[in-house]
Amino acid sequence: MRPLPRWADLILLPFINLCTAFFVCGIVVYVIGENPWEALKVMLKGAFIYPGSLGYTLYYTTNFIFTGLAVATAFHAKLFNIGGEGQAYVGSLGILLATAMFAPFLPAIFVVILCIICSAAVGAAWAYIPGYLQAKRGSHVVITTIMFNFLASSLMVYLLAGPLIQLGQQSPQSDLIPESAQLASIETFLSLFGINIASSPLNLSFVLAIFALFVFWVLIWKTRLGYEIRAVGKNQDAANYAGINVSRIIIITMTISGAFAGLLAVNEVMGVQHRAILNFTAGYGFTGIAVALMGRNHPVGIFFASLLFGALFQGGAELDFEFQSITRDMVLLIQGMIILFSGALAYMFNPALSKIFNQFNKNGVDND
Amino acid sequence: MIDFLFQTLWALDATLRVATPLMLCAMAGIFSERSGIVDISLEGKLLSGAFVAAAIASLTGSVWLGLMGAICASVLMSLLHGFACITHRGDQVVSGVAINFLASGLTVILGIAIFKRGGQTPTLSSGERFRPIELWFVDAMDNIPIIGVIYRELISGHSLLVYVALLCVPIASFILYKSRFGLRLRAVGESPIAVDSAGVSVTWLRYRALIVGGVFCGIAGAYLSISHGANFVREMSAGKGYIALAAVIFGNWRPVRAFWACLMFGFLDAITSRLQDVDLPLIGEVPAQLMSALPYIMTIILLSGFIGRPSPPSAIGVPYKK
Repeated sequence: MRPLPRWADLILLPFINLCTAFFVCGIVVYVIGENPWEALKVMLKGAFIYPGSLGYTLYYTTNFIFTGLAVATAFHAKLFNIGGEGQAYVGSLGILLATAMFAPFLPAIFVVILCIICSAAVGAAWAYIPGYLQAKRGSHVVITTIMFNFLASSLMVYLLAGPLIQLGQQSPQSDLIPESAQLASIETFLSLFGINIASSPLNLSFVLAIFALFVFWVLIWKTRLGYEIRAVGKNQDAANYAGINVSRIIIITMTISGAFAGLLAVNEVMGVQHRAILNFTAGYGFTGIAVALMGRNHPVGIFFASLLFGALFQGGAELDFEFQSITRDMVLLIQGMIILFSGALAYMFNPALSKIFNQFNKNGVDND
Repeated sequence: MIDFLFQTLWALDATLRVATPLMLCAMAGIFSERSGIVDISLEGKLLSGAFVAAAIASLTGSVWLGLMGAICASVLMSLLHGFACITHRGDQVVSGVAINFLASGLTVILGIAIFKRGGQTPTLSSGERFRPIELWFVDAMDNIPIIGVIYRELISGHSLLVYVALLCVPIASFILYKSRFGLRLRAVGESPIAVDSAGVSVTWLRYRALIVGGVFCGIAGAYLSISHGANFVREMSAGKGYIALAAVIFGNWRPVRAFWACLMFGFLDAITSRLQDVDLPLIGEVPAQLMSALPYIMTIILLSGFIGRPSPPSAIGVPYKK
């Protein structure tokens, strides 16, 4: 039996997997007594049609691009970074640190750039340790990054409820960051050019996210380092034999992965909340796993997968208003199904599909 | 002196209660991982067990049906894990992550659909829960100084599931090290090809290991919602599945050692609330967050080979292809 044609492997199979995931979720909606079709319509309307909804969708998309890139970078070296959540969470510390150090005397543009660099750097540092431990001490990143998520959570609770708490406040949150470090929302930005759009949390970090996608593409496919990362991912022994320092690549890959995750804090802290609040990562780091799996670790795929999840998150919020018994928790189920069918069971339909294609070829429709 | 004794007894009593779900999940993790399947879905199985137990107990009023339901739900999750990563040779970590997501989503969605209480289940009356059991001769033992108190306060007076969890440790140990199934299970985690060439089915062995793990996690889930607690609340497993996984690693994939790790983690958890705002000699006040992070920190240090060398099953995480 010959393998699937390239287009079927890249587009048809993932599409079938996605449809299966949605189909199973539809069954769950049907079982609890609602109309799946109606639910889907509500979600689509909530994600794209209502005023401002597209802005919200793209705001979520921004988060998922960062965490999706984090997971995808590690995947290219066959590493599984489950720690995006924690890396993004501590990334906010970089921003707070940078604003405290530079905001008083530097012009806004430099403050913003330094904040972005620092958030990436702290996220990178948080991922460096699991990377180092895997490369040098043989402890598996899957386990260590899970542990590091919990550590990040404990650390942030401690800091936000203690040393970093806003004076006179009871709820665990930091002070507002200075205005020079706040990113303009797209709405404000476009109004400079006389364009008025509905208000939403979408801000200039979306541009940063698109830039990150491009950087990722260049890094993985156009640089020597990217080649080495992919070589390590394909076969460590072969990479080693070809003179690639495998443990060095593992550490670097994890560090870059953490840096992408750390950038999520730019969107949340600099763009939307203007402060670090408790649990602002809200599971985006884990969703990055689904995004990377669906997007097949390619920037274009990651963009569309992020858009899909952005729409799901925004549309899912709409479910709360329109239905009695389905809520935004539906999105968790959809995520689970997508990770299951696009990730763990990605090749379930492969044999059946191959059979169909072979049947076609036998009938003389041979076009390769 | 008497005060100190009571304090200690109180802490150990709380330890046992907190450690119960950890022990059960850790045994589940050992079975699965010793057979070569990474199991980060302990958390999801625990959560689904907890939900189904509370839901069935509140609908039928029977704890036993609740327990059965929890076991079934958890085993179903195990079978799904097996279907993805044994039958279809999918990535075991990805499948585990998927199951954890499914559990968080499904428990709340079904909870809202059935009970309409924002994802919680109704509070169970005492007849619908596992009650504390008074062991034999408690009154007679009271006459013996110290031992009588220890017997009454620490050993007696737990719910059935606590004793089940304590029994699970020797049982797991016996199955793993003394039975033919256990020998093969350990072998399939080290070298599946050897097991296969001996004519034993790798697939079926690994499925059985996951099913056993599912049973353990189901009991643990039932403990959370119909024994320790009196209803299901969303995300009530709260990372216990991951702590259990840490205990598995800490115990070097051996039941008895993992049991001690669970007790240690349980003890840390139990004294955390006590140590808040208390000045310890030399150290000063310890932040509660540091205490709750300790199991993870210790596991990371252990995994990094700074204390001994962890020896995971060699074939772990690798799908077997004939």
